[in-house]
Amino acid sequence: MATVKYTKDHEYIRIDGDTGTVGISHYAQEQLGDVVFVELPAAGKAVKKGDSAAVVESVKAASDIYSPVSGEVTAANPDLEGAPATVNDDPAGKGWFFKVKIANPAELDELMDEAAYKAFLDTL
Amino acid sequence: MGETQTGPLLKTPLHALHGELGAKMVPFAGYDMPVQYPTGVMAEHNWTREHAGLFDVSHMGQCFLIPADGQYETAAAALEKLVPADVLGLKPGQQRYSQFTNAEGGILDDLMVTRLGHPGHEHWIYLVVNAACKDADYAHLKAHLPAGVTLKIAEDLALIAVQGPAAVAAVATLAPDLAGLKFMTSLDLAIDGIWAHVSRTGYTGEDGVEISVKSADAVALTQKLLADARVKPIGLGARDSLRLEAGLCLYGHDIDTTTSPVEAGLTWSIQKRRRIEGGFLGAGRIQKDLADGAPRLRVGILPDGRAPAREGTVVKSADGQPIGTVTSGGFGPTINGPLAMGYVNRRFAEPGTPVLLEVRGKDLPAKVVTMPFAPHRYFRG
Repeated sequence: MATVKYTKDHEYIRIDGDTGTVGISHYAQEQLGDVVFVELPAAGKAVKKGDSAAVVESVKAASDIYSPVSGEVTAANPDLEGAPATVNDDPAGKGWFFKVKIANPAELDELMDEAAYKAFLDTL
Repeated sequence: MGETQTGPLLKTPLHALHGELGAKMVPFAGYDMPVQYPTGVMAEHNWTREHAGLFDVSHMGQCFLIPADGQYETAAAALEKLVPADVLGLKPGQQRYSQFTNAEGGILDDLMVTRLGHPGHEHWIYLVVNAACKDADYAHLKAHLPAGVTLKIAEDLALIAVQGPAAVAAVATLAPDLAGLKFMTSLDLAIDGIWAHVSRTGYTGEDGVEISVKSADAVALTQKLLADARVKPIGLGARDSLRLEAGLCLYGHDIDTTTSPVEAGLTWSIQKRRRIEGGFLGAGRIQKDLADGAPRLRVGILPDGRAPAREGTVVKSADGQPIGTVTSGGFGPTINGPLAMGYVNRRFAEPGTPVLLEVRGKDLPAKVVTMPFAPHRYFRG
């Protein structure tokens, strides 16, 4: 089973070998409300940990999505353009944003695991 | 939408009820207000367009102008010095939309002006002003009203809007006389035993009413209204998307002290006599804008793609020159797409004109369109 790690900005990264799949947590989609538009990075784009890599827009506002790790974007979710609400319906699954080839696995150690993220949410 | 605050937030008489209904609360114009309920902005927006939404707008300012001599004309003439609408011409119970203008012809606030229709009160004028502007509006009124006209600020009134195609039918089950009330008129009557002032008006583009009621009766009235399955509570989030689709201005965003009513596309709210006679603050600029055409105009802007363009987005001509700014922008659930309004140089204000919206460094194609985005469905009788 793949490992999932989280940022304090509520992005997750599902780690599968040297590739990570990035999306936003259930808590994040709930806070955003109805997602109406997602802007994704193109494959081939180099991202740095903490960079704004995507934008998610609800009826009310636009929010940046920061890359949890540095690396090269290998794919963006093609389904979100036509069905942005997938982010609300299935954030951990079909609502993923982009895949990234992880450049520096040590960066993953700075992220929270499932238990730490749950504890973090309890402090909010 | 929220404004910067200092000090504790004020609460409307429905504050505790919002909590019971599961609302997410945010600071707005000094009040702790519901931005959405558990179903969320999209569902609330759609429910209002399809059935009926109930909005707590008790944060808005309600006040009365009362002439000492008992003559309506005295109060109306005093107000006409501050607003460009024809107030003298109002019949008992009739309501008009207007603006407080400043000496430069800019807009201090927009407001609803009603001549009360209740026997014995037909010389009273009832005003509803924006929450964020109300203190300044009251000071402005006090500074300009003549000695014979008193400003009575109603601190003990709540305001509840019920909007949507089923709104009037729902309220009329508790107050049958409302069914025949026409758009922009009002009636004083009991709603299932609770005395209220009801205006057939709103801020969603839908048919509906705004109900002014004693604060002490506000919870009971709201509970009676929400007991009807057609009526659900709606927060400020959907209130904003509904008014944007209806092409209605939000003060502090689409209109402010720098915009004239003519630029803002509100010339319809300045009746003919006032355009000719003037006699209100800033009439010089407004009459000049009417005669020469305003240099810029508020227009609807529809992006070709799916990306919303938010407030502050630069609007460019097709060849990339800056021609204006988005003042409200977002997503319209009813039109199922992004939409915006803003000011552009008048040469680009013609509907159909292609423009560009600079969103995150990219120029996205869009076009100027006629507002409203979603058709108004007012009851004109």
